[in-house]
Amino acid sequence: MSFKHKHLLGIQALSASDILTILETAESFLEISAREVKKVPTLRGKTIVNLFFEPSTRTRSSFELAAKRLSADIINFSNQTSSVSKGESLKDTVLSLEAMNTDAIIVRHSYAGAPHFISTFCRSHIINAGDGAHEHPTQALLDAFTIKQEKAKFKNLKVVIVGDILHSRVARSNIFLLSKMGAKVVCVGPPAFLPIEFQQFGTQIDYNLDRAIEGADVIMTLRIQLERQQKNSFPSIREYRNIYGLTEERFRKAKKDAIIMHPGPINRGVEISSDLADSLQSIILKQVENGVAVRMAILYLLLGGKDRETSD
Amino acid sequence: MRLLIKNGRVIDPYSGTDETLDILIDKGKIIDIKPKIDGKDNKVLDASRLVVAPGFIDMHVHLREPGQEDKETIKTGSLAAAKGGFTSVACMPNTNPVNDNCGVTEYILAESKKHAIINIFPIAAITKGLKGEELTDMADLVDSGACAFSDDGQPVQNSQVMRRALEYSKITNVSIIDHCEDKNLSRDGVMHEGYYSYLFGLKGIPAASEETMVSRDIILSEKYQSKIHIAHVSTKGSIDLIRWAKDKKIEVTAEVTPHHLLLTDNLIESYDTNLKVNPPLRSETDKKALLQAIKDGIIDAFATDHAPHTFDEKEVEFNNAPFGIIGLETAVSLLLDKLIHKNIISLQRFISMFSTNPAKILGLKNKGKICVGADADLTILNLQKDILVDTNTFVSKSRNCPFNGWRLKGAPVITIVGGKKVYPFK
Amino acid sequence: MNEKIKARVMDSRKIKRVLERITTEIIERNRDLKNLVIIGIRTRGIYIGKRISKLIKNAENIDIPVGVLDITLYRDDFSELEAQHMVKKTEIDFSVTDKDVLLVDDVLFTGRTIRAAMDSLIDLGRPKTIQLLVLIDRGHRELPIKADYVGKYLPTSRREIVHVKLKEIDNKDEVLITEPSSLE
Repeated sequence: MSFKHKHLLGIQALSASDILTILETAESFLEISAREVKKVPTLRGKTIVNLFFEPSTRTRSSFELAAKRLSADIINFSNQTSSVSKGESLKDTVLSLEAMNTDAIIVRHSYAGAPHFISTFCRSHIINAGDGAHEHPTQALLDAFTIKQEKAKFKNLKVVIVGDILHSRVARSNIFLLSKMGAKVVCVGPPAFLPIEFQQFGTQIDYNLDRAIEGADVIMTLRIQLERQQKNSFPSIREYRNIYGLTEERFRKAKKDAIIMHPGPINRGVEISSDLADSLQSIILKQVENGVAVRMAILYLLLGGKDRETSD
Repeated sequence: MRLLIKNGRVIDPYSGTDETLDILIDKGKIIDIKPKIDGKDNKVLDASRLVVAPGFIDMHVHLREPGQEDKETIKTGSLAAAKGGFTSVACMPNTNPVNDNCGVTEYILAESKKHAIINIFPIAAITKGLKGEELTDMADLVDSGACAFSDDGQPVQNSQVMRRALEYSKITNVSIIDHCEDKNLSRDGVMHEGYYSYLFGLKGIPAASEETMVSRDIILSEKYQSKIHIAHVSTKGSIDLIRWAKDKKIEVTAEVTPHHLLLTDNLIESYDTNLKVNPPLRSETDKKALLQAIKDGIIDAFATDHAPHTFDEKEVEFNNAPFGIIGLETAVSLLLDKLIHKNIISLQRFISMFSTNPAKILGLKNKGKICVGADADLTILNLQKDILVDTNTFVSKSRNCPFNGWRLKGAPVITIVGGKKVYPFK
Repeated sequence: MNEKIKARVMDSRKIKRVLERITTEIIERNRDLKNLVIIGIRTRGIYIGKRISKLIKNAENIDIPVGVLDITLYRDDFSELEAQHMVKKTEIDFSVTDKDVLLVDDVLFTGRTIRAAMDSLIDLGRPKTIQLLVLIDRGHRELPIKADYVGKYLPTSRREIVHVKLKEIDNKDEVLITEPSSLE
């Protein structure tokens, strides 16, 4: 078992065995976060940059803790405090950061492909922490880790993803990952959020949540971006909630032991009822906890060992 | 001194000629064409084993001057054109200032006279400032030398304005060229909408944004009996519409670019900004329909949509990069390799799409043909020459070309403009 | 790489005798056996540790817990490695604080593994004492580390490789010295 990638740009580039390697490695890291001294010296002396061009608390803190628990030095560089606002190009920003001898750069950007672009001129390992509506690989990996914890397998699990599939990088990465692992993924949402071409990713699509939820093992609800309503993608929040909101009544149609996931942050009472979000079947906080272990595993697999020549 | 071109295989789609002939040129005109012309007293150019064609015309080029001379100038653009086998180009009006008045048109022509080694034909704007609201002084512009009208890049959205432009263009007898794009459908899009845009997470430009405008233009053209030329056709749906219109004898013509004939949306996996172009690279199905359409004669002309941008402008995130691919130095070799050597179309059709048809669409009476009295603009091709596309050797100011590293068979080797050899450069 | 077997230095009987002898030493030295815990270093240290625990149980009827330590994350040679070592779990379901910890490994060589193991242990708690047990001490120390219990001192050259095989995972008990066969 080995992991031969220089960067983590997306789930697309990973094989099923790469994914298993990450998940298994993450299991070893889970134990460290439960210790009294939550730190190992593994990445001592490595410098990691959190380069975030979009606001984010959850993902950025999760990466920060992961790096710190591995004893790496991590600095945060975000849009608000950077010189990007002074009209510096992304390339110049990254090159000047890298001139300070960084080992890895974690990138969050509102444009798809920005991490791929950075990887074309950068020496450091690049980790995609979300690029536009493209991919959010670490979220999908932590989701997979959590599903595996709960269900012990992926094969033939029915996973229903509900919401704005079109604009969701979380949905894409999850679709790619879960299909690679043999799960049955069903995407549900209003047609403007669910182009028919998504079937070609190996998922089923359905505009009717009541029908799709039947027999589901996992229900993943996505945050609905309220500002999309202004662009006529759906008529009103009320109508969206009525048709696509996850309510107790709908949830009863899923399997008895079904679990509820959400990448956060939640709009309580919109895509998911408040009671369900706090219910026992909801493993939303477990996802957050596992996020640190999964990101530790990724940092370890990319930065541990000699620099690999092969890039991807 | 007269120039005599000897032993070339002369192909002239206008007259249907395809035989070995000598061509005698004097004072910028062709004065004689015969199997054997005596070389005495003439400067002789041996064209054995070469194809002699009427000068190629690229009817869709952005020369960027005035205003964006860091990307290209009339001088560098004309060098690139000559090197690529073009004897004439028509340049789009989205300069700064916009070519929407006689002053700019005359400036472009004056600069061309000073610096260009080929013929430059300015295309003027349909509306003032490319704003899509008020028509330009079209008749005056034609008098100043405008060869056509277009709001390329900022196409006219208001159908009433387009109707008026089509009606008014009749008194000038020049074509309206439309970049067909419904901006409401394409807003914020950066690549073709479809499986790959969803896969790469990029906002799509639907085929429908082009097709709705192609159908609008065809309907208006029929209704008001005006000529309309559809720029850079890119989708199967547009082809179907144009085919229908031609069957109905509507006066519609169309052009296609080499990149739409050869590249598809799946390549954007690399997020290479040199693949970002508008209209976007479309699907495999669209590409096949375009190839079929040139076989069937539905598309009239090849045009490059040569759109230079500086390295720094393209060295950014895909979303932030400007649209555009340069094509003057690669178009002829690309299509010789991919269309002639792959037996997609005949050499006659190839040359008519590069020369005879664009001359006809632009109303260039003495161009696009080889006959006594015609302008002595000639493009000479070596069908067997192997070349490597290397952007480092480009004479254009820009390098935004997705074909770097391609090995191709067939190349323009000599370009003659007004009886003078302008390429190879001295 | 082909390896040539140079010597078979221990067999099953010998390993058994050595472990029995060490058990006696442990019992002698640790008056308060109830405070003793065993931590085996992955992979073969675990099985040696379990055997010792069993021998103590037989002799004194006291259960000594055995934990598993993976020292990968504490290695000091990451940047030398071609690919990362796969991290495995550390499984210690008891506290090490105030315990007498018996650290167990198969071969003591440079001492770097033991250094990493001690760092790791100290991050897990504050043991009262740490003692070290190894089946083979082959010399060539790079750090000031010495074992408290040694099965056998084995003078080797740096080129040689010591293989400890245990029937729990290798199907038989033996200790071999091998050498990479030269290329001539």
